[in-house]
Amino acid sequence: MPINKLPRGVAIVGAGMSKFGAFPDKNGRDLFVEAYKEMTRSVDKGLDPSAIECFYLGNFSSDLFERQGHTAPLLADAVGLTPIPAARVENACASGATALRQGVIAIASGLYDVVLVGGAEKMTNLPTADVTDTLATAADVPFEIAAGFTFPGFYAAIATAYMARYGMKPEHLMNVAIKNHDNGALNPKAQFGVTIQKWMEGRVAAALKKGKPAPAWSDIWDFLHDDSANPMVAWPLRLFDCSPITDGASAVLLVAEERVREFTDHPIRILGSAQASDAALHDRADLTSLPAAKLAASRAYEMAGVTPKDIRIAEVHDCFTIAEVVASEDIDFFAPGEGFKAAEDGMTAREGAKPINTSGGLKSKGHPVGASGVAQAVEVWKQMRVEAGERQVPGDVPLAMTHNVGATGSTCVVHIYERRD
Amino acid sequence: MTDTTTTRPFTAASFDQYIAEGKLMASRCADCGALNLPPRAICPKCHSETLEWVETGGKGRLAGFTVVYIAPTFMIEQGYGRDKPYVSGIVELDEGVKVSARITGVDAAQPETIKVGSPVSVEFIETGEGEGRKVALAFKVE
Repeated sequence: MPINKLPRGVAIVGAGMSKFGAFPDKNGRDLFVEAYKEMTRSVDKGLDPSAIECFYLGNFSSDLFERQGHTAPLLADAVGLTPIPAARVENACASGATALRQGVIAIASGLYDVVLVGGAEKMTNLPTADVTDTLATAADVPFEIAAGFTFPGFYAAIATAYMARYGMKPEHLMNVAIKNHDNGALNPKAQFGVTIQKWMEGRVAAALKKGKPAPAWSDIWDFLHDDSANPMVAWPLRLFDCSPITDGASAVLLVAEERVREFTDHPIRILGSAQASDAALHDRADLTSLPAAKLAASRAYEMAGVTPKDIRIAEVHDCFTIAEVVASEDIDFFAPGEGFKAAEDGMTAREGAKPINTSGGLKSKGHPVGASGVAQAVEVWKQMRVEAGERQVPGDVPLAMTHNVGATGSTCVVHIYERRD
Repeated sequence: MTDTTTTRPFTAASFDQYIAEGKLMASRCADCGALNLPPRAICPKCHSETLEWVETGGKGRLAGFTVVYIAPTFMIEQGYGRDKPYVSGIVELDEGVKVSARITGVDAAQPETIKVGSPVSVEFIETGEGEGRKVALAFKVE
């Protein structure tokens, strides 16, 4: 199949996100307003909102999480953008990047010049069991959920297949969690912006404050192996292998190439945009890789005309630690079976050769499902413009990638970004 | 009399009905021979709309699994959860197709003893009675 190039250039000229976390007094709309306001402030030459012609929203399940459907026009109205067209895009956890891609396509088609892309999810209204059930609707319900699978369970099954093939141990996955918390600790927007070391020390301090005996963890590895501190969710995945339940929103402004200079002299161009679909997990030849991710990545590379070694950083879909390991191989940063070793060796750390999830990833930053794909683009925007503060990677970031997955890879969307001032 | 074994539509409801009868059925394309599980009404390989039901041999190997501690509501209602975890997995049948199912014949308390690649055979887990009777697809590790 020939790879279509974008017939018209598209760039990000503004990006913002709400704080991620649990906010009992804020609904998805309130959080989106926060993200939108930060986005407008980030446009270097200022934004006249009347320039925005169209709005795409990534949202997975406001219906079940908030008992609110028809979300896109409500959010457009909340930021004063009606009567422009507003459409909600649903592709499970890849809703955000799918919405971003729809925005890219809308501009590339020539129909619009200025498009707002948002993502929002309000998840913490529901008790955990109901959140588990809601997330499960992203699976093939009659054929997968009836077997007792949950989302941690699917990725756990991927982990067991990967362990059996490549000799990885569950302990290896903890390197991903430790690294992502190290990054998230430097991200003021992160839900759990704290290192695992600090988390452990906080638990000890809390116990002492209550007059209880202090837990005798010798180090973070001891802490992470303790069932009371890091309980099993779906073997071999424990609590610290899983992204949290999060409220949050994100927004980026896309503009056609020829109008970029009206908004900024430091745009982030979208060089590649690719998406692929797949059947349920059990309907794939191999459980240790996501074929849709491999396909989307290879098409994005081809569209952008770059290779994996050209990409400086990537934000990948680490809904679970094993997902980051598999993603790092699917986007061809590392060979199959090498991803967990690269994480262990520090290659994916901020100072490493291939930094992954400098934002803290879904693991530490939080995973408000529909917002995550757009929030990945927000992080890339900050890193490429050298605005990531303490977590800024060393050196230039001329090229970056985002990788956003729906379910166990029934959807994958990959974007490649270029900074060319 | 109509042979309901071969004329049932290729739907999830038909698949479940077979499971309730103790049969693990797949669809096979009459044109290209591709076998599909879950069943398909259109062959994903050659797009033929001529398919037939075939019963699988019910034997295979464990391709991946998990022990679930944080359970969905319908499993919590059956008494499963943190204190009583259960095993779910993906089985590759000898015919080459895979299916998601409950996994039995293993010790959920000792997940490290459960091995990917173990031979398994189909069984059916019944819960409830009358209108509430449900049958879940499972595989027992031999």
